[in-house]
Amino acid sequence: MSASLKTLMKDGLWDNNVVFAQMIALCPAAAVTTSGTNGLGMGMATTAVLVVANILVALIRNVVSEQVRIPVFVVLIATLVTVVDMALNAWLHELYKVLGLFIALIVVNCAILGRAEAFASKNSVGASAVDGLAMGLGFTFALTLIGLIREFLGSGTLFAQAPQLLGESFAFLEVQVHAHGGALLMILPPGAFAVLGFLMAGKRALDNKLAARQNTAPKERDSVPSPLA
Amino acid sequence: MDFEKVKAHPLYQPLLLGVTALLASVSLAWASSATKSAIEAAEARDLRDSLAQVLPAGFADNDLLADTGEINVGAEKPLRVYRARKGQEIKGVVFKVIGKGYGGEIVILMAVDTAGSVLGVRILKHTETPGLGDKIDIAKDDWVQRFNGKALDASNRARWAVKKDGGDFDQFAGATITPRAVVQAVKGGLETFAAHKAALSGETP
Repeated sequence: MSASLKTLMKDGLWDNNVVFAQMIALCPAAAVTTSGTNGLGMGMATTAVLVVANILVALIRNVVSEQVRIPVFVVLIATLVTVVDMALNAWLHELYKVLGLFIALIVVNCAILGRAEAFASKNSVGASAVDGLAMGLGFTFALTLIGLIREFLGSGTLFAQAPQLLGESFAFLEVQVHAHGGALLMILPPGAFAVLGFLMAGKRALDNKLAARQNTAPKERDSVPSPLA
Repeated sequence: MDFEKVKAHPLYQPLLLGVTALLASVSLAWASSATKSAIEAAEARDLRDSLAQVLPAGFADNDLLADTGEINVGAEKPLRVYRARKGQEIKGVVFKVIGKGYGGEIVILMAVDTAGSVLGVRILKHTETPGLGDKIDIAKDDWVQRFNGKALDASNRARWAVKKDGGDFDQFAGATITPRAVVQAVKGGLETFAAHKAALSGETP
C-alpha cells in the first residue's frame, strides 16, 4: 500500500497534475487565479469536494451500471456541492463570503467528474480518498502558483487579502513586493493563458530533462485534452 | 441470479436514475430546510453591518431592519427603504440602487439624510474587473467615501459625473465605465429621493 500511496501522491501532485498534465479544469484555473489567495481558496474548496466525491463514488461503484454512470455521478456531485454550499452559507458565513464564489464554480469543475470516472469508479474507498486528496493538492498547488505569478506581475503583491481567507494569524503571508502597479494584462484573462502556457512548457521541459538524465524515454501520460474541459 | 446481469438489464437503468434523482431531491430538500433559518439570520446580519457602515456612528438609535417601508417610486418594483431614527424622529433613509457596470449590475447601498445629502455609499455586490473597476469596493480603495456629504441641486447637476465627463468624481486609470455607473446610480438615487421626499422620509401611510 505504501508504494501505491506514494505513486498516487506523486501522480496527483506532478506526473498527472490536473492542470499541468491532464489539462482539465482550466476554466476555474484561469478565472479565479487573479491572486495567490484566490487560487489557494479555490484549491482548498475543490480538494474537500474531490475527496468526498471520490469516497461517495467508490462506495456506490458496484451498484452503478456502466450505461448510466455519468448522469448518476453528475447528479451526485452537483447535490454534494449544493449541500456544501448551503451548509457553509449557514454555519460558516464569514468563510462563505470569501469562498462562496468558488463553490458555485466547483459544480462545473470537470476534474471532479474526471476523477470519479477515471479512478473512484474502479478503485476502493481508501485509494479513492487518497487519489482525491492528491489530485486536490496538485490542483491547489497549480492554482496558487498561477495566482502568485499573475499577482506578482500584475499588481506587485503576494497573497493579498490572505487574512480574509485564512484568518488574522496568516497576515504575515501578505507581501507588497513593489508599489508601482504592474502589468495589468496579467490580471486580465490573457494573463491567465500566458502564465498557464509558460508553466506547462516549463513542466514539460523539466520532465524531458529528468528523463534524459535517467536515460529513459519520458512516460507518455494520457494528457489528451478532454472534451469535457 | 448474477448481479452483473441485473445491472445490464434495460429496466435497471431508469430505475437507478430514478432512485438517484429521488435521493438527490430528498437530501437537497432536507439540507435546504435545515439551513434556511441560519442562512436568513446570517444574511440579516450582513445587511445590518452594511446599514451600519453607510450611516455615521451614532446617527441612529433604532433597529433599521425592523423599520422598513415599501415606497412606490414609479419603478417596476416598490423601493424598500430602511429608516434611521434618533429618538422618534426620522433623520435619514437607506436604500439600494443598481448601477449598470462594465461586468454587470452593481448593487449599491446608499444613505441620505432628510436634507438630501449623502451620508454614505457602499457597494454590496459587483462583478467588475479585478484590479481595474473593483476600486469601488471599500476593501480595495476609499473612493466611495467621496460621496459623503454631497448633495444634488440645480446648480451642481452637471458636476455629478466623472472628471472625464466634466464632473467632480475621479475615474480610475483604465476604468471609466465602472465609476461612471456608480456616480450615475447614486445621482439617480438622489433624484428619486428628491422626487418622493415626502413618502421616503415620512411614515408609511
